[in-house]
Amino acid sequence: MADPMRIRAQASGDKATVRVLMSHEMESGQRKDAAGKIVPAWFIQEITASHNGKVVMTAEWGPAVSKNPYLQFSVKGAKAGEKVSIKWVDNRGATRTDEATIS
Amino acid sequence: MQNRRQAIQHSAVVASLLSAAGWLPTAAQAAPNKAAFEAKTVQEAVKASGGANISESKDVTLTAPDIAENGAVVPLGVSTGMSGVKHLLILVEKNPSVLVAVFNVTDAVDANFATRSKMGQSSDVYAVAIMNDGRALFAKKEVKVTLGGCGG
Repeated sequence: MADPMRIRAQASGDKATVRVLMSHEMESGQRKDAAGKIVPAWFIQEITASHNGKVVMTAEWGPAVSKNPYLQFSVKGAKAGEKVSIKWVDNRGATRTDEATIS
Repeated sequence: MQNRRQAIQHSAVVASLLSAAGWLPTAAQAAPNKAAFEAKTVQEAVKASGGANISESKDVTLTAPDIAENGAVVPLGVSTGMSGVKHLLILVEKNPSVLVAVFNVTDAVDANFATRSKMGQSSDVYAVAIMNDGRALFAKKEVKVTLGGCGG
């Protein structure tokens, strides 16, 4: 359903900086449509980041995160060639997982 | 396309039913930390996330622009050099719900995150670090918004 995430993971020293660009509408639940009805909220609620299959970070988001969200974090002890994967779940229960190799 | 359209229609119906019953559509889904995301003040949100004794600290760093031209996309970063951090929170004081994001810190990642947030109007932005012992340390910065990102 949703477009793939763009993940860039770059190793520098003993850690790797991971930058993720997700594709999601992130509807805030505050806006009204042309008919004056509130557009229901639709946003990414949970993010899980894994490094070599082990969960290293989770995050919970509200509807105030921007459309097509960006996330940056760094994983300690990650080396080039290893895998990072990101998973999100939105408030409608849709989910997507993408994986990238650290360069 | 058909599916998405149906899904949107369906959720619109559900949302109107729920709001008629006094429920917000977001409240229908079981979410962790739901109370924190519905909090209307910084104090409430921090409390709901398990923090107490909120105090300002130099050890927490908030990266935010002085002026945001577009309130729909405000780059915000939060980091701390301290160890023993459990959660890092980003809050925008004057948004309808103050809490933007919660990052759960583990030993395997640096306590350093960046994302982009919507801001309805010029407001103080808070970065809050909730420590393992329950202390809440914050840094704040005023961000001026020239074009709001909520509603419209």
